[in-house]
Amino acid sequence: MEITDIKQWYISNFELFEESLNGSRETPFHEVRRSAISKFSELGFPTPRHEEWKYTNVAPMLEHKFKLPTEVAKVPKEVLRDFTFDTLKENLVVFVNGLFSEELSNIALNSDDIIVSSLRNAMVNHADLVYKHLGRYVSFEDESFTALNTAFTNDGTFIFVTDNKVIEDPIHLIYISDGDTELVSHLRNLFIVGKNSQVKIIESFHSLSDTTYFNNLVTEVFVDECAIIDHIKLQEESINAFHISNSQVQQERQSVYRTVNIDLGGGLVRNNLNVLLNDEHCESHLFGFFLGQGTQHIDNHTFIDHAKPHCFSNELYKGILDDKARGVFNGKIIVRPDAQKTNALQSNKTLLLTDDASINAKPQLEIFADDVKCTHGATIGQLDDEAMFYLRARGIGEEMAGAMLRHAFISDVLENIKIEEVRERMDAHIIERFTKALKS
Amino acid sequence: MLKVKGLKVAVEGNEILKGIDLEVNKGEVHAIMGPNGSGKSTLANVLAGREEYEVLAGEVLYNGQNLLDMKPEERAREGLFLAFQYPVEIPGVSMSNFLKTALNELRDHHGQEKLDAMEFFALMREKLKLVNMDEKLLSRSINEGFSGGEKKRNEIFQMALLEPKLAILDETDSGLDIDALKIVSKGVNQLRSQDNAIIIVTHYQRLLNYIVPDFVHVLVDGKIVKSGDKGLALKLDEQGYDWVKDNVSEPVAA
Ligand SMILES: Nc1ncnc2c1ncn2[C@@H]1O[C@H](COP(=O)(O)OP(=O)(O)OP(=O)(O)O)[C@@H](O)[C@H]1O
Ligand SMILES: [Mg+2]
Repeated sequence: MEITDIKQWYISNFELFEESLNGSRETPFHEVRRSAISKFSELGFPTPRHEEWKYTNVAPMLEHKFKLPTEVAKVPKEVLRDFTFDTLKENLVVFVNGLFSEELSNIALNSDDIIVSSLRNAMVNHADLVYKHLGRYVSFEDESFTALNTAFTNDGTFIFVTDNKVIEDPIHLIYISDGDTELVSHLRNLFIVGKNSQVKIIESFHSLSDTTYFNNLVTEVFVDECAIIDHIKLQEESINAFHISNSQVQQERQSVYRTVNIDLGGGLVRNNLNVLLNDEHCESHLFGFFLGQGTQHIDNHTFIDHAKPHCFSNELYKGILDDKARGVFNGKIIVRPDAQKTNALQSNKTLLLTDDASINAKPQLEIFADDVKCTHGATIGQLDDEAMFYLRARGIGEEMAGAMLRHAFISDVLENIKIEEVRERMDAHIIERFTKALKS
Repeated sequence: MLKVKGLKVAVEGNEILKGIDLEVNKGEVHAIMGPNGSGKSTLANVLAGREEYEVLAGEVLYNGQNLLDMKPEERAREGLFLAFQYPVEIPGVSMSNFLKTALNELRDHHGQEKLDAMEFFALMREKLKLVNMDEKLLSRSINEGFSGGEKKRNEIFQMALLEPKLAILDETDSGLDIDALKIVSKGVNQLRSQDNAIIIVTHYQRLLNYIVPDFVHVLVDGKIVKSGDKGLALKLDEQGYDWVKDNVSEPVAA
């Protein structure tokens, strides 16, 4: 299929999509959608000639004519059991193929102070609030997937927490894919957390089959003064899925944003995680782990923008790549002229388990202030033979010993998942994946 | 129990062991002494199954089985234990998880039930006491940040736990103060029985005061050049290795 054809396919789908919109078409945001689709039309899909897409070629995605979902697919409630947590009182916001499922969701929180809602409903029920923030933080000027998402913005999760609220129970957003139609969903999330407030958000992506589909996600996060957000993202998409995620976080004075991003699934995965430290004394902690097997391709681009002085950012990304899997890590940090006394740490470590697995890892530090402390390091290695022998010499089988060492390698990422059951579940999943990989 | 015949081993193309013959029977304690670089650790590691070593010639029988055909984990499950000269640090793997896994693989191999958490910790406590180690070490990563002496005691602790049939101690006495030496000896002597055998690699007589060997062998340049009883160790301690080395070179010169 020609690239221009596939671009045209998305553009013509936009016209159909417009017709399906009712009231939402009359809102000022619809103008944003329209300018986004013309931006997309101008930009087209990125090619490896694009500096930001040098190592990730989206060509395989352009061979599919993904359709927009038309109605919420029925999946039995029991499937949620595998994705939810027993010891947690969660607020569940569930999506099936990108559409909010009222039936599967269970939202206990909701008052004037706290809104947890599908974006689609919030655009009706809390229109002023939504439109005040939607699209304000993320830019689609040079990002086709964000432009595409913005054009098709219609559903996703809206979380709003007013000032001075501490929410103990995590809010869990579950995205399930199912069925055999090749679908695309342009999920759009908007999290607004007020001054001095605290919230924990878990996002998890799952698939009930090996279907090919395309999740094109955009998330905007606003962390107001002294607010704290703990944000966990677990990506366990189908092995044939395309997962593109653009997140823009904006932090205000003394706020804290902590995130752990785990990528286990997906055939082609690209995460752009951008954090803007927009005022003094902010703290950001970015942790990531990706596991690639078979022919998986997993790309993490992070960008921390130190715009103001006295901020601290700490980043640790680790990857394990097996078989013919490929990984990309690009960690960009800008320290603006104004951002004196910045402290930025970055570390990226990858284990390559085979000769065919590969990683392109690049720290990208652009420092325009002189009184700053920035460190970065990237290592690529193999499993430690001596450690392996030590374990085996105590009677531990090769397979198990290998799994233990891989698990040890990522322990300093996983330990940052502060919710015990979530961490334990991830541990178990990952170990299962390690041993499965060795058996196949 | 162990029969080594004409064993020749190379590392990275260099022949290190140049024809080793050694027989160890149940109930015996053998000491292997010899200068630095003579191949003592190489022998110990080859017996434990380290894959970097290339066996050029010879055979090793362990309880009638061809040892060299067995994977390291199979050797361990069959009762072979190596206390490492330089135990490796493994950050991120906790001692307790490691020991539980090792014990359960061993028990599984012998058709025994896995230990439950209570039984496991009771056993840990008992064995820790034997080597005077703090329970806190269990929650730490394997050998990470352990002092030299703690690492050695940790090896003996693992030995006490796994109760091997053939234990090979590679310089477990080096760097130990006198109290630690006594603790290690106590651990080893506890294991000593009619059914087990022990090979002690050491440079010093002092450990052999506590663990009295039945045989002493001197390894020089990849060969056992002299074997004797415990008196040989005393003589080596007093006179060093030169006189045995000279003994070897004689036939070569002739
Ligand atoms: N992995 C290796 N790669 C290269 N050379 C090695 C390796 N392991 C051992 N050697 C070499 O083999 C020889 C024997 O080493 P080995 O460790 O067996 O000696 P040793 O008798 O245990 O000495 P020490 O008393 O110092 O512990 C040495 O010359 C050493 O440098
Ligand atoms: Mg040695």
